[in-house]
Amino acid sequence: MEAREMICIRCPLGCPLTVRIEGDQVEVTGNSCSRGEEYGKKEVLSPTRVVTSSVRVIGGDLEMVPVKTKQDIPKDKIFACMEEIRKVEISAPVLIGDVIIPDCAGTGVSIVATRNIEKI
Amino acid sequence: MTEHDIVIIGGGPAGLAAAVAAKKAGITDILILERESCLGGILNQCIHNGFGLHTFKEELTGPEYAARYIEMAESENIPYKLNTMVLDISKDKEVTVINREDGLSTIKAKAIILAMGCRERPRGALNIPGYRPAGIYSAGTAQRLMNIEGFSVGKEVVILGSGDIGLIMARRMTLEGAKVKVVAELMPYSGGLKRNIVQCLDDYGIPLKLSHTVINIEGKDRVTGITLAQVDENRKPIPGTEEYYSCDTLLLSVGLIPENELSRGAGVRMSQVTSGPVVGDQLETSSEGIFACGNVLHVHDLVDYVSEEAALAGTSAAAYVKAACEKKAAHTVELSAENGVRYTVPQMIDLENMEDKVTVRFRVADVYKDRFISVYYDDVRVSHKKKKVLAPGEMEQVVLKKDSFKDYPELKRIVVCTEVE
Repeated sequence: MEAREMICIRCPLGCPLTVRIEGDQVEVTGNSCSRGEEYGKKEVLSPTRVVTSSVRVIGGDLEMVPVKTKQDIPKDKIFACMEEIRKVEISAPVLIGDVIIPDCAGTGVSIVATRNIEKI
Repeated sequence: MTEHDIVIIGGGPAGLAAAVAAKKAGITDILILERESCLGGILNQCIHNGFGLHTFKEELTGPEYAARYIEMAESENIPYKLNTMVLDISKDKEVTVINREDGLSTIKAKAIILAMGCRERPRGALNIPGYRPAGIYSAGTAQRLMNIEGFSVGKEVVILGSGDIGLIMARRMTLEGAKVKVVAELMPYSGGLKRNIVQCLDDYGIPLKLSHTVINIEGKDRVTGITLAQVDENRKPIPGTEEYYSCDTLLLSVGLIPENELSRGAGVRMSQVTSGPVVGDQLETSSEGIFACGNVLHVHDLVDYVSEEAALAGTSAAAYVKAACEKKAAHTVELSAENGVRYTVPQMIDLENMEDKVTVRFRVADVYKDRFISVYYDDVRVSHKKKKVLAPGEMEQVVLKKDSFKDYPELKRIVVCTEVE
């Protein structure tokens, strides 16, 4: 049996988790809510993160529009995702939730805007 | 001179939440003054996620959280002035402002809510030897330059200070292709949230060196490198522990200070510990009718708590305006922070006129393991809660209920402290 100590990152409490792995059985202790259990399991089986960045805007009231992956993506795809995000430019106007890149880096997850940018 | 019931200084998360709450409490004549060209304050540059879990039960980015409150303010038709700088607040609540449309003008308020936020400690506050080359930024400035203005800040980075903004910028710059070589922290513990150490440093293999500081900056036109050294228990560099890092950028994430120049001008009594105003349970300052909330009051680690606190300031200011500024009989009791509790906000509670419950927020002075947080009414211990870990980087709170005071009619003081057992 393998046991791993980790800190839950799902909320600012930062609960210290102990995750025990035996075959395909994963047991999480130390969490103070169900989000912690979910995080502990996912972190040992297939860790994921939400990635946030910003994308250059043409003709907007600001230079950059902040963006995020609509859902969390596998941790090992973060840099592949950033590669694509960095290549993109978009024309104003932009609305919160607008899809900037559909299916980023083959993750099946889209990159969406997190701020409104007006056209000027 | 124009007149308004409530004037709010600052259109960030605190100002917006205060405005929405004051409007809901029945005050229609509100004006928000914001020096930037848009509402939302510092949240606009905090493009990372993790905001709003308490308030909206979902994980939002900073701009998304700001947008929710901007929408609320707009749907409540709360007026605001952008690009407007407040120059002075007088003791009789006259606010001097300047902007391009009105020039210099004066606004008279029945109540004022201070919501100006905080600013970062700059290099000048640290006394690091070296020239003044390009490439030294406070972490928040670098954040703004990258996330809003779209500049590239640096390629090889050393970060001094493990505050949350520094940690988040370590990740951000790594994602943008920079090499973050090390984060150095003067104290023997991190100043940031644990989750940020994990997801910003550990995720990307960035080392965190505790009890270390920058003792030299090299480079005359642009930073070319810095020297780190380990420090002893008196925070003095230990000879022989020097380590050189070549880099073109040094980010400073070395603490936030409430921005209270205007509050001081208004004659508001200040706390030496928080650098913010001293307030009662209604978040009223020592100047009648002037309220404070958010990071201008004390530096928070969660915007959700800022919004909650600001809503209280908004309803309190509304109640003050409606009561036509009359004074009620009070039984004011001081809160005293002892034995490892650095401060409390509020610093006073009016037991006569308090709400059903008051949330008292505080920070501890050091990292403590397996300690209790206790509350005493005079000499009687009324609450005693065990905490596995307490750290200065994480704000704590206790909730005091109004009916818990009914057995203490002669109460003189309330003590919030940590205890070993």
